Amino acid sequence: MSQIANVSRRQFLKITGMGATGLVLGGLLPGFRPAWAKAGDAVSELNLFVSIGSDDLVHIICHRSEMGQGIRTGLPQVVADELMADWQKVQVVQGLANAEYGSQNTDGSRSVRRFYQIMREMGASARAMLEQAAANQWQVPLEEVQARDHQVWHQKSGRSLRFGELAEAAAGLTPPAKDQLKLKSPDDFNYIGKDVPIVDMPAILSGQTVFGQDVQLPDMLYASIERTPVVGANVKSVDNSAALKVKGVVDTFVMPEQSEPVLFKPLPGVAVLATNSWAAMQGRKQLRIEWTDSTHSQHDSDAYLDVLKGRVKQQGKVIRSIGDAYAGMMNAVDTFEAGYSVPYLIHAPMEPPAATAVFKDGTCEIWACTQTPQSTQQNVAGALGIEPDKVKVNVTLLGGGFGRKSKPDFSVEAAILAKQTGKPVKVSWSREDEIRHGYYHAAAAMHFAAGMDDTGRVVSWLQRTAFPSISWTFNGTSDEPSGSELDLGFGDLPFALDNLSCEVQKAEAHLRIGWVRSVSNIQHGFAIGSFVDELAHKLDRRPRELWLELLGSDRLVDPEPEGFKYGNYGESKAVFPIDTARIKGVLNLVADKAGVDKPTAKNEAWGLSVHRSFVSYVAVATKVRVDGNKVQVLEMHSAIDAGTVVNPDRVRSQMEGAMIFGLSLAMMGEISVKDGAVVQSNFHDYPLLRINQSPQIHSYIVESSQAPGGVGEPGVPPVAASLCNAIFRAGGKRIRDLPISKHMQV
Amino acid sequence: MMNFTLNGKVVSVDAEGDMPLLWALRDMLGMTGTKYGCGMALCGACTVHLDGQAVRACTLPMSLVQGKKVTTIEGLAVDASHPVQQAWKEHNVPQCGYCQSGQMMSAAALLAKHPNPDDNTIDEQMQGNICRCGTYPRIKAAIKTAAKLGGKS
Repeated sequence: MSQIANVSRRQFLKITGMGATGLVLGGLLPGFRPAWAKAGDAVSELNLFVSIGSDDLVHIICHRSEMGQGIRTGLPQVVADELMADWQKVQVVQGLANAEYGSQNTDGSRSVRRFYQIMREMGASARAMLEQAAANQWQVPLEEVQARDHQVWHQKSGRSLRFGELAEAAAGLTPPAKDQLKLKSPDDFNYIGKDVPIVDMPAILSGQTVFGQDVQLPDMLYASIERTPVVGANVKSVDNSAALKVKGVVDTFVMPEQSEPVLFKPLPGVAVLATNSWAAMQGRKQLRIEWTDSTHSQHDSDAYLDVLKGRVKQQGKVIRSIGDAYAGMMNAVDTFEAGYSVPYLIHAPMEPPAATAVFKDGTCEIWACTQTPQSTQQNVAGALGIEPDKVKVNVTLLGGGFGRKSKPDFSVEAAILAKQTGKPVKVSWSREDEIRHGYYHAAAAMHFAAGMDDTGRVVSWLQRTAFPSISWTFNGTSDEPSGSELDLGFGDLPFALDNLSCEVQKAEAHLRIGWVRSVSNIQHGFAIGSFVDELAHKLDRRPRELWLELLGSDRLVDPEPEGFKYGNYGESKAVFPIDTARIKGVLNLVADKAGVDKPTAKNEAWGLSVHRSFVSYVAVATKVRVDGNKVQVLEMHSAIDAGTVVNPDRVRSQMEGAMIFGLSLAMMGEISVKDGAVVQSNFHDYPLLRINQSPQIHSYIVESSQAPGGVGEPGVPPVAASLCNAIFRAGGKRIRDLPISKHMQV
Repeated sequence: MMNFTLNGKVVSVDAEGDMPLLWALRDMLGMTGTKYGCGMALCGACTVHLDGQAVRACTLPMSLVQGKKVTTIEGLAVDASHPVQQAWKEHNVPQCGYCQSGQMMSAAALLAKHPNPDDNTIDEQMQGNICRCGTYPRIKAAIKTAAKLGGKS
């Protein structure tokens, strides 16, 4: 459990790089082990900090990375509320990489759900200490004083003291014990649950923000790196003579050779260093590089997906079962089966990765748009052969992340080049680099079958999945989906079934595989959501009705007794169970709000889907028009049940964004690979949704006092299925293999 | 040396004629409000105004900028008071904010030409600007608000 402790100013300075005056509080947090931590590593615990200065300003550290989700606003909002602070006097300070914070990995849609409680406690502790300091000064009972509007008041005498006047005295007090801590009643919240505008708005409006790409240091060199087109290949030879003749080019450098596992190591390649970005890019075009052979140079994504599609037609390794699905199929009066696939995808944040590094006197300082400052610190230290505490990582704003910036390879590149040149170096990835050399969302094939009895009830359900695992990135050997990926919308199937078999098939990796917004939920949400709709069509049932029937009675689903060790996004199953009532709740809400049961115009139809992920629940209804072979998305409605919500406006914006992210991948998203190399390179062949393709979007948030769930990712998984279901019902094709653009005009 | 007017001030940079304006702005003049997104005029993140017209700085060579007037997000208005900036704030448009300089510069140019744009005009004029965060619905709403604010000023 979390505890609040008084923290020395020296320690505060060390952790934040900021001098503090007055009251400084830290909270101890439960540890969390990142996926790439070595077995046996001690799980670290860490501190979060609030400081109140004698100038009345409250500084709140945001130790999570801002990439558009609004966390630099959301977490401070929670502290300020419990503290009874005036939001106008709150300043947000971005935390440096430091293991004492615990995990800073801004991924898995967990910033609010992991830190909501501790941030409340932090604010409430500070408030209690300020109140105690005031009571001591006035020599009155504690019960008679009250914090409000950045001051502490003594009602009886009408006296008041500003927080800034009390901070010094409060700092000398012992924080209240956890069981003495009085948290506010939700009825009294003045910031939590309110649409507080994002703290970075003024800087964004005037172009003053600093993203990773924007960092500039005196005497800095700009690097552009030509990387291996095929994973596993190294530089065999390079002719840099023409590159060095380009005006502005200073030098070239062959990046270190690499072997598998690929981890977060920089890809092999040749860096061109120049006095400006353009010169570096021009010089790079003049490089003549020969690459060594790679075991992956035969990889062809179309052929590969065909192999996976074949495999999932065969019985696989059972990871969860109820009854006997095969006997259930044999005994069924009617059966139905279908296969689905999703290609490789890439993140394409508007800001491609970028990092700037300085190496001096055995220490390294990094500025990077990173989702994982501590992993950056460790990987940079490892590459330079120095201790992690000799690496200072400054987190800039992120121009989108979506999982790409969880991988610190680009910071390691900058660090290596800074050490090599002895100068500050900025490594900027081009769009082509970002699309061709990423950590890809795994291409996936799935197969589903259902058996029905003579009343049309589904009595047996079989599902199989195959995709290369993210684990391969870390161990170089995994050849099938891992448990943590099967957690994501596959092994956690929430249906009430007499017979069920969930199975996996083999899939070797040939590209760096990584997390993309909502991860394996992308393919599983698409396949399950489509299959339910196909079944409804076959059985001549309304989709909503069949969903509700499959979900069954209101209950908590636990896949564990059925053989599946379910990780539940690292959360307690008691606090965050799989609750069918909440799934049905969002489904009914969105279906009613959108009016999916009402008649539509000719060639227009609604499609529906629902999915639980990151311990939140999202349903989506999409309306399309199909003219001949052309699809137009007209309208989307989403409903999210994420428990307690801190900033409803940012939740709505995440849901709007998730709809558009989901549409992009469903309609047009495809990375293909030929001869081991990615074919696409920029927005002409990896298109993203544009404003003229963007539908009207309506977002609904279920009012709830339950613990806060994830928000950034859960909106994505139901989108593709709801869209494809709508297309089919509007008279278009049944799309089983994404993207839609392969089959229809979008 | 290349001379041009940047946000009302004459500047000169030692750039080759084939260098795109984007890199002169960012690397030589320290004006990083204009963003790189694709380098092929496909995404609009680098949109600036050249003699009042919205252009993509990532493909505009300095030889064509010589002697012209360039406005970037930093010079769109004093204190972010342009109707587009006000409307962006009112609708809480940005998520990550990276593409928004380009979005606002495109929107400002659109409103200069079409003071009361309908949805089709907005779609047509704004489809060169990609937002991966998906702020399009709010951009549409904000442009309409900006049109009203612009009418009053």
